[in-house]
Amino acid sequence: MKTFKMGGIHLKEYKFSAGIQIQTASIPQQAIIPLGHYLGGPSLPVVQKGDKVKVGQMIGQASGFVSANVHASVSGVVNRIDVHLDASGYKVPSVFIDVHGDEWLETIDKSAEIKRECTLSSAEIIKRITDYGIVGLGGATFPTHVKLLPPPGKKANVLIVNGVECEPYLTCDHQLMIEKGEEILVGVTILMKAIDVKQAIVGIENNKKDAIALMQKLAKTFVGIEILPLQVQYPQGGEKQLIDATIGRQVPTGTLPIEVEAVVQNVATVFAVYEAVQKNKPLFERIVTITGKSLKNHGNFLARLGTPLANIVEQAGGVPEDTGKIVAGGPMMGRALSSLEVTVAKGTSGVLFIPTLEAARKNMQNCIRCTKCVVTCPMGLEPFLLMSQSERSMWTEMENERVMDCIECGCCSFACPSNRPLLDHIRYGKSTVGKIIRTRQAKK
Amino acid sequence: MNTIIFSILTLLVISGISSVILFFISRKFQVFEDQNIQEIESVLPAANCGGCGYPSCHGFALACVNAENLENLVCTVGGLPTMKKVAHILGKDSNIIHPTVAVIHCGGNCDLRPRINQYDGVGSCAIAHNLYGGETGCTWGCLGLGDCEVSCKFDALHINPETRLPEIDEEKCTSCNACVIACPKLIIELRNKGLKSRRIFVNCVNKDKGEEIQSSCNVACIGCGKCVEECAFDAILMANNLAYIDSNKCTLCRKCVAVCPTHAILEINFPTKRVKE
Repeated sequence: MKTFKMGGIHLKEYKFSAGIQIQTASIPQQAIIPLGHYLGGPSLPVVQKGDKVKVGQMIGQASGFVSANVHASVSGVVNRIDVHLDASGYKVPSVFIDVHGDEWLETIDKSAEIKRECTLSSAEIIKRITDYGIVGLGGATFPTHVKLLPPPGKKANVLIVNGVECEPYLTCDHQLMIEKGEEILVGVTILMKAIDVKQAIVGIENNKKDAIALMQKLAKTFVGIEILPLQVQYPQGGEKQLIDATIGRQVPTGTLPIEVEAVVQNVATVFAVYEAVQKNKPLFERIVTITGKSLKNHGNFLARLGTPLANIVEQAGGVPEDTGKIVAGGPMMGRALSSLEVTVAKGTSGVLFIPTLEAARKNMQNCIRCTKCVVTCPMGLEPFLLMSQSERSMWTEMENERVMDCIECGCCSFACPSNRPLLDHIRYGKSTVGKIIRTRQAKK
Repeated sequence: MNTIIFSILTLLVISGISSVILFFISRKFQVFEDQNIQEIESVLPAANCGGCGYPSCHGFALACVNAENLENLVCTVGGLPTMKKVAHILGKDSNIIHPTVAVIHCGGNCDLRPRINQYDGVGSCAIAHNLYGGETGCTWGCLGLGDCEVSCKFDALHINPETRLPEIDEEKCTSCNACVIACPKLIIELRNKGLKSRRIFVNCVNKDKGEEIQSSCNVACIGCGKCVEECAFDAILMANNLAYIDSNKCTLCRKCVAVCPTHAILEINFPTKRVKE
């Protein structure tokens, strides 16, 4: 069975919420929708205090090419535009909406009927995706239209769909494939049309046998889509790792997948594309996995953007007694939260409750040069060296050691037997080197 | 015996010829440096701290020799006595220096700014700042992890373990700027030391609106503007919900300190006021 060849680790799966049917999270009394919660520039508000909004109405406009529109997920009255805490630990500009009822824009098709025919042209599809604020829902939240509009001279010849969900605990993508498999495949054909490719491969890890079987059965009714089971390994969901696993191509350092003529999209993103194109529905809700060893009711909740996480957690049985850490996202790349007043954003794939005993870090010891970090790094870097360089502020050397290739997967920190906080130092180095590179490019 | 004498003689001849060659080469490739540079370097503190803005004391000496006048050249560690010596060597006028000292713009200690979460990561402010907003509700305030303490080469800055805030030792601070650069939240500033070492400044860098901060910190600046109104010398600026006192205009009258509702303005080295009965 195929998988990516460089680095990687095998993690315990902890998929407690697998197979649990998607429930709808209750709509909050006040939705707080962040305006800048994705990669790229923050969007600018186009509503103000006192404005009446309906579900699906645009409330934030993209501020550039690498930016996305934001739409109201609830209907009601705009209370204010103000800063609010988000998963980054900082306060970001957000739109506060007092909720009245649940009135959607008349143009949205609320029916559950699956529409297979797509009458839009390729350019119209991409415009719809751009207008409706679709971003990568795997967690990276990169604006989707940017991936679909390659620079001149570059064209894709394959679409790869990420149904891998390699992070432990998370099951939102898995459940989406089980319940909305056909819609996802229609979305795949729509994207194939948008970027003009004849071949699509949906990669699904082998721990989701029911999803693989269902998708393979459905794919027979479509042209050009192959469902490929993959061996379970973390971080197979990383773009570059998935490209290697499915089609064996290596993305050169410092470049993007389009360089090897591939475009990668997450299954949830593909589903959002289906809804945008076939149901005229902008992105304003997503599935969030609520789980943890001590949680009472694990679940996969369909939640509106801007719902305070505290609300959904109540529905899942409340915060467990022994909770030491609350993580937004997966246990490897997610962010620990400092408060549950953080609201659901486009990239919130899950909320995990980690017991105190497991949450606390162990004491750091000296590097014993065992090279476990080097062996497990999926990008072929030397994490122990990058950490030493970061501690000594050796930014030029770090850039030469390709620190910007780091995908922040956390394999190095996980594998280190001396409990060295490798990723913390590398991330700091990456952020500093990134600033240096941007300043250098701006001067040109 | 012969071999021994022969080998000694051969080595002596080789070393003799080499030293002559080296002598002539060193004379030919000698770097001529202005004599003054070495003289100036000898009166400088040799800390190589970069506080003057030049790389190392040698760099500063070079700049002094090449400059028209010493107006913008200040060795903050050596201060006025050192600059007087430099001026004397070069035969130029010495400059007027306003002594400065580092100042911490955060008063949020453990009692006044409660912790709402526990940080379990690497003990460095730069890394914590890169990760999230900190252990308290105020995402602008001091993280207390000591990057500033580590950067100080003059033993002038220490984190108080009870308040978790840095404290400056005025006597030892040389205004070298290392802590200002080390702080990722830009909380430290070099301000005029002031007459009799007295100074007044707003002890906060929080730019959130008043209602937001009050639940996070009792001594934050809420941007109410009372100090701006009160100041008769137009010394206080208000921007982004934060007040800032211009030390060039401040006359140390202390009226703003009295009028601040959250006690966010701090006065240093003043005699305590007598409480009226």
